[in-house]
Formats: sequence, structure tokens, C-alpha cells
Amino acid sequence: MRFGVVVFPGSNCDHDAWYALSHNLGQQAEFIWHDSSSVGNVDAVILPGGFSYGDYLRCGAIAKFSPVMAAVKKFADEGGLVAGFCNGFQILCESGLLPGALLRNRDLKFVCRPVTLRVETTHTPFTSAATRGQLLRMPVAHGDGCYFADERTLDMLEKEDRVVVRYMDNPNGSLRDIAGICNERRNVMGMMPHPERAADSLMGSEDGRVILESMVRSLVTA
Amino acid sequence: MSALTPFELDKVRQILKREPTQTELGIFEVMWSEHCSYKSSRIHLKKLPTRGPRVLVGPGENAGIIDIGDGVAIAFKIESHNHPSFIEPFQGAATGVGGILRDIFTMGARPIAVMDALRFGPLTEPRNQRILEGVVSGIAHYGNCFGVPTVGGECVFEPCYNGNPLVNVFALGVFKHDEIFYGRATGVGNPVIYVGAKTGRDGIHGASMASAEFTEESKQKRPNVQVGDPFMEKLLLEACLEAMKTGAIVGIQDMGAAGLTCSTCEMGSRAGTGIEIDLALVPQRETGMIPYEIMLSESQERMLLVAEKGREQEVFDVFHKWGLDAVTVGTVTDSGKLIVRNHGTVVAEIPNRELADEAPLYDRPHNTAPFRSAPMDAPEFSSSDLTNDLLKILASGDVCSKRWIYQQYDYTVRTNTLAGPGGDAAIVRIKDTDTSIAMSLDGSGRYCALSPREGAMLIVAECCRNLSTVGALPVAATNNLNFGNPERPEIMAQLVEAIEGMAEACRHFETPITGGNVSLYNETLGEAIWPTPVMGIVGLMKTAPPMTIPFKNEARTVMLLGGLGSCDATRFGGTQYAKAVLGKMWGLPPALDLDYEKRVQCAIREVVNGGFAESAHDLSDGGLAVALAECASQGIGAAVDLNTALRPELALFHEGPSRVLVSTTQPQEIERIARDFHVEALRIGVTMKGRLQIRNDSVTWIDCAVEQLRDVRENALENQLTVHAG
Repeated sequence: MRFGVVVFPGSNCDHDAWYALSHNLGQQAEFIWHDSSSVGNVDAVILPGGFSYGDYLRCGAIAKFSPVMAAVKKFADEGGLVAGFCNGFQILCESGLLPGALLRNRDLKFVCRPVTLRVETTHTPFTSAATRGQLLRMPVAHGDGCYFADERTLDMLEKEDRVVVRYMDNPNGSLRDIAGICNERRNVMGMMPHPERAADSLMGSEDGRVILESMVRSLVTA
Repeated sequence: MSALTPFELDKVRQILKREPTQTELGIFEVMWSEHCSYKSSRIHLKKLPTRGPRVLVGPGENAGIIDIGDGVAIAFKIESHNHPSFIEPFQGAATGVGGILRDIFTMGARPIAVMDALRFGPLTEPRNQRILEGVVSGIAHYGNCFGVPTVGGECVFEPCYNGNPLVNVFALGVFKHDEIFYGRATGVGNPVIYVGAKTGRDGIHGASMASAEFTEESKQKRPNVQVGDPFMEKLLLEACLEAMKTGAIVGIQDMGAAGLTCSTCEMGSRAGTGIEIDLALVPQRETGMIPYEIMLSESQERMLLVAEKGREQEVFDVFHKWGLDAVTVGTVTDSGKLIVRNHGTVVAEIPNRELADEAPLYDRPHNTAPFRSAPMDAPEFSSSDLTNDLLKILASGDVCSKRWIYQQYDYTVRTNTLAGPGGDAAIVRIKDTDTSIAMSLDGSGRYCALSPREGAMLIVAECCRNLSTVGALPVAATNNLNFGNPERPEIMAQLVEAIEGMAEACRHFETPITGGNVSLYNETLGEAIWPTPVMGIVGLMKTAPPMTIPFKNEARTVMLLGGLGSCDATRFGGTQYAKAVLGKMWGLPPALDLDYEKRVQCAIREVVNGGFAESAHDLSDGGLAVALAECASQGIGAAVDLNTALRPELALFHEGPSRVLVSTTQPQEIERIARDFHVEALRIGVTMKGRLQIRNDSVTWIDCAVEQLRDVRENALENQLTVHAG
């Protein structure tokens, strides 16, 4: 499979995502520069973590205007798989590809620590290799990870089975413990935790692999 | 009034053979400041060992470099940002991180780890809480955005840091041997190129401010503190590393302390060349800046580089891709002079070598005993409740968990962190090799206040023991010397003794010092900080799952490699027990036998690398009882019987070095290894679920549920911050 990892100025988990995909999963992975008008010939797009454009103004607020995001939108509209981790999730929300917003953490501080997630649905290309209720351990590292949406949207996400992963030990105050969601068409997913940092047993957990492997599996069967 | 002494001014006149201009005077003032010239410490720094089989680059460059095999090298160094962090904690600490990161990537290495050694006044003072919170969020802000993991460090609270907190930042980067760049302006006719952020008026005189004591007026110096932009630095990093790959760059140096002044004259001096620049070409973000201000600005995220003539465009293209300024501001010449023009008019003309390397050196008087205020004799003391004493120490600022701090740092970015904060040593793997780097940062103002020489040796021993406890072989070091006013002989004596002790220990452990930093004049209103040398030592190991502190399973043999050690009342006066329980300080630091220490380190490395231990933790602050409590942090405690003639306070809490706690299923193997190295290995107990019990000849000394030990230790820092907030 060919993964494209978008590089915004200020992305700093781009290399980690590339390494996890290419070295830990043995897939093809390449970088896509932020001013590209096309995502190129890839099967899936990763929006990595970091501080795109310095996260000035608001996390992800400037990234949504970058040329590559128009291309990512088009790719998603055509059914392509798009996953955003951490800053990538923030960018997806800012761009309107996912509903809701990521606010400042409840404790108003950056938080870096391992968290435990529960897989809420396997009916997505990002969790199809997992089992429902499976617990995944992987790090979070963010200052603005508190998922917020109005009650109606939250109800809709739950009703449509679009909450992909929930925190067992909510580190940031996210409403209804939401750690990751997908869009209505189920081909765009964003989550605050970092599966790419939990793809190698040396890092203390390989639980993040199931997210990436689900994507690979979905692409093979697609 | 000039910051130069009359003697120094005369020397300037001799060099120039005339009166200096205003700009020249400013240039000499910063280059000859203590911060840039090391004029008080340099003759003593020469006593430090700097060579070794792995050392590729020693002191004098932006960072030291050592070979780690497979054609790979690491660059690392520590820097202080003490004075700015007191004036403006957030920006002071943030730009401290930014500065040391530039030192690493200016050499071509990609930064892969940061650690911080922090010292504050007690948290009972609201002001100290604000400084702590500001410093920690400043470090987090910069490191997290830049994308370098902050993998470890230490944090200590003492009243002597009340008006003078210490912020020492260590950074480490990795590259291949053929990717090393130097700060040298070679090739007459080559263009001198300015890249990165625009120059403003911020930070002017930062270097000179860092070279003076604090007075009431210091608070007025806020404009002297620079403002950091980690996003800009991240772009600068990527652009520099990419531009280096073009092959068009000849030399490169960051603009840190003393900004454009320091980078131009040092690059010229190292290459034996001259540099001519025109300040009108320098990108500026403020209008009406005079040459003096442009030369002395310490605006952050700037670099100066020399490119091969005719290949400028290749360099510009890379920087423009990353959205950064890159402009030619001058040329390398054969004059040996730094010639600064402003719109063509010469405003400074100074011989590079004399400016950069011929700052006056001072052999400041130190023929007196190092200053100390603590008495030598031990007071009477006797514990009424040893379990309570242990809990008190676990809740004290120095010993408690620093989770509240390190959770604000991204310590897993770049997916190399095998062991992050909270362990004996941090470990990062080097991708595409079998090698990992272990690193430890340590200082002890308390020990050094009692004896700067012995204290410095203990710090080196502790760092090396930390590394050995995770199975790594210590190979090289960097040091940060934080002291008071060197013009006072009893302070200068502290500095000299600490350097000599450090030199002896680093020779013994074969860890040459490849660079570092000296921060003097750490005094506020005439009160000096304790002598606080901080060491950062790196070790090499094979990449493997890391050895960690907690006991993992019940019914394992608990062993004390190195033995119970010995201690008398005099050597107990610098311990955490004396501090947290008795509120006193006296005597001398723990006794250290360098030979025995080294043998214990060899033994623990063999134990760990042979796979004979399930957990390992070296003894340090708080001694045996605290180490056992830390090993019990994940629910498995131990029943320990000591069988010692020492009085309980000493046996449980003395801080004698050369000891490591392990839990194992193979005690005989550990005893065999201990015999091979002629060190003690005592079976002191057995792990068990839920409780920590320490007995001596069947008298119970300590008995406590492990949850209580853990909760007290884990939550203490947060509790102190909430209790005193508002």
C-alpha cells in the first residue's frame, strides 16, 4: 500500500508516521509537501501530529488554508482514506472534514502520558482489524485535545456509531471521553492519541499497529 | 559606563591602537564578558580531561561530538539560562532550550533528546511557584513545538535559589561522521549569509547581564530577555539540515549569546580569516536600529553561514522553500579582521583573533577555604517514627515524583524513547543502528556546599552509576558550572575545587568532558547560590527493552549490590533525611571510594546485560529506604531484613554511593559477578505484594502499604503547588 504523509511547516510527527508505516508495517510511505495541489498516487493520506504553521491563531486553523488540504478534501470526497493523529485531528476538525473542535485541555496544560483507549466500533477502515471493546495503550501528547461538540452532534456521533475510540482515563476533559471519531462516510478519521508512537515493541506498546493495520487491510480488500 | 575594567579598556586600545568606537566598545564588552570569554574559569577548565578514544570534537566548538560506531556520531552539550529565567521564567527557559538546540543542529546533527536540570527556591513562596510554572511551561512550549523529546532531568528546591533559579538545558543530536559542520569562515571571497528570523532589539546585553550579580534593578532588565519562536526554530532546523545536504555550505554557526558579533568573529577566528559585513543588509524587524544594536541583538532563531562562492542560490532556494529569510550580508576576507559597515561606512574594525580568543584571562585569588556556612559537627537527633520519616522524605520536593513537570513535556515524539523521565537514566535508540544512548543529568548543590571537591566527584559517580544501572557504558560528559561571584576568593575556591574534583572523577570513569558552560555571578543582593556543578553524562548500550526501577514479581530475591555501605554522623549531614526530617545541614557529603564505585558499576552492567535482574535502581537521595519505596511503586513491595549494626536513621537513609538495588530470580549469578569484581552483594529480602517492611534483627523499622508510599510520592509536587496557589 502507498501511504502519503503530509508535511506542513511545523509538522513534527511526520517522520514518526512514515517510520511506523515503512519500517514497522513494511508499507510504502512517502511525504507530501504542504503546497502540493495533489496528494499524488497514494492509497491513503496521514495528517501527522505537530504544530502546523506554529499552530498560531488556533491549532490547525492555518493548515486548513494550505493547498494540500484542498487536495486532501478532494481525495476524501472520492472515498480515499484519511487519518489525522493529534494535530492532524485538529486540522480535520478545522477543515470541516470532521465535526466538533479540540479545545484547550481541561487542566490548561500540555499532557504527555500513555492512555488506555477502548475501541468503540470496528465498523471503520481504521479499526476493522480490532475487536469491539478492545483496549489499546498508546501515548497522548497535546495541549489542545479536549474534544468538544454540541449535544446534538455528540448524540448524532453516537447514534451513527462514529465514535471510534474512547478514553478509559480521560486526560484532557474531552466530552463523553471521545478520543477519536470518523465522518459520515467512514473514510476520514481523527484521533488525539498517537498510534504511530505505539507501533514498535521497544516503545513499550504495539497497540497502535491495529489502527494502521486496519487501514492496510481495508485497502487490500477495497 | 563601560562593562570593561580600566585594564580591559587599555587592552582594547592596544589592540586597536586607538580609541574604540561605540559599536566596537559594545562588541568588546560582550565578547569579553564572563559569559562569552570564560575569563575567570578558563585557566582552571584546562584541568578537565577532554580527550578519549571516542571524542571527535572536544571543547571550543558549538558542541562536543563523540563517535558511537557504525559511522554515526552524537553531538551534545549543556547550557544555562539562569539569569533570563529569573527575569522572565517562560521566555527565559524557552529560549534556553532554543539556544542549546541551535548549538546542536548548527553542527549538522538532528536533536533527538533534551534534559533539564532545574533549581528553585522552596515552593512555600508563591513567587517560586510562579517561576517553576513559568520555567516548566517555557521548556514545554519550546521543546514540544520544535519536536524534540524532553526525556529526563532533575529538579531541586533550596532557599539559596530563591532569587536565582537555575535552568540548565542539555541537548543531544545525532548524525553521520560525514555530516559534521563547523563554525569556520573558510575560503576567501566566499559569501557570508544570514538566515532565519529578523533582527530586533531584544536580548541586547543578554550576555553581559548573565555576567553580573542580580540587584533590585535587574527586574528592570526584562527587555534584555529574548523571545523565542519554536516554530521558526523548527523551520530553521529543517532548512539548515537540508541546505547542508546541498554541499554548498562551508561553515555555519548559530547566533546565540552576543548574536551577530559572536558568530562573525568566532567563525573568522577559527578559520584565521577576516569577515566583512554590511549591517544595512541584515534583515531587521524594527526600524531605526543603530549598528550597536544590530551587532548586539540576541534575537533568536538566527544563523550565520558561509557558502561556496557561486552556489549561494542553492542555499537560498532551500531557505525560501521553508519560508525563511536568507541574504548575503558580507564576505570572507584574508585580512583577519572583523569589518562592520553600515551603508558602506565602517563602524567597527577589529582583529578577529584578538577579539575572540584574547580576552583577558584572570587567575582570580582562591587561596582560601571554599565558602561554607554549615557547621561540621552533627546535632543530636533520634527518630520517633521511621515510617513517618520515610513518608516525609518521599513527599519532599527533591525526592518526590516530578510527574507534574515531565507530563508537560512531550517525551515520546520521534519514537526513540526507550526510557523516558522518572528512571535512573533516560534512553533513546538510534534508528538504523543497534545502539542506544543512555543519558543522565545530575547535580548536588547540597553536597557541594559541604565540600565542592567531594560533591563534584559524587555527581560524576552518580551519573555514571545511573547509566550503568540501565546497562550502559559511560563514555563522555558535559558540565554546567553554576557558581556565585568569582571575584570573591571563597567563591572562586569553590569553583576551583569543584573543577578539580570533577576532573579527577571524570578521569577515573573515563568520561572526558567534551564541552559545557560556566555560569558565574549567580548572586542576588550579595547572597551566592550554593556551588552547583551539573553534569550530563552519556553512555552507550545495545538497543533492547530497558531495565526499569519497579519490582515486577512477588517472591524475588532483593539484593543490594555494593553492600550496605558505611556512614558516620558527620557524613550524614548532607542527606535528604537531614534536610526533610531534621531541617538541618552539617558535616560532609557521603564518602566515595572511586575504585569501589567503578567496580560496582562494572558489576551492575554485567548483571543487567546478562539478563540476571528483573529490576535495578541505584541508591542516591534518601538512601536505601527511599530506593526501596521507589522500587515498590507498582504494587510489589518487599520484606527486608538488614542485619546491620548501624543506627536505624543511618542504615535506612544514609546516601553512601556505590550501591544498586536489584530484584532477581538468580541471586547466585549476581553473587558470582560480585565476586568477580570484588564487591559485596547482599541478599536483603524478598519481594511481596502490597507492603514494604524493613526490619533489623527482627525489630521492625518501617512498615507501610505500598499504595501509601506511592500516593505520597506521586502527588506531593501537585499538592504543594495547589496548597500554596492563590
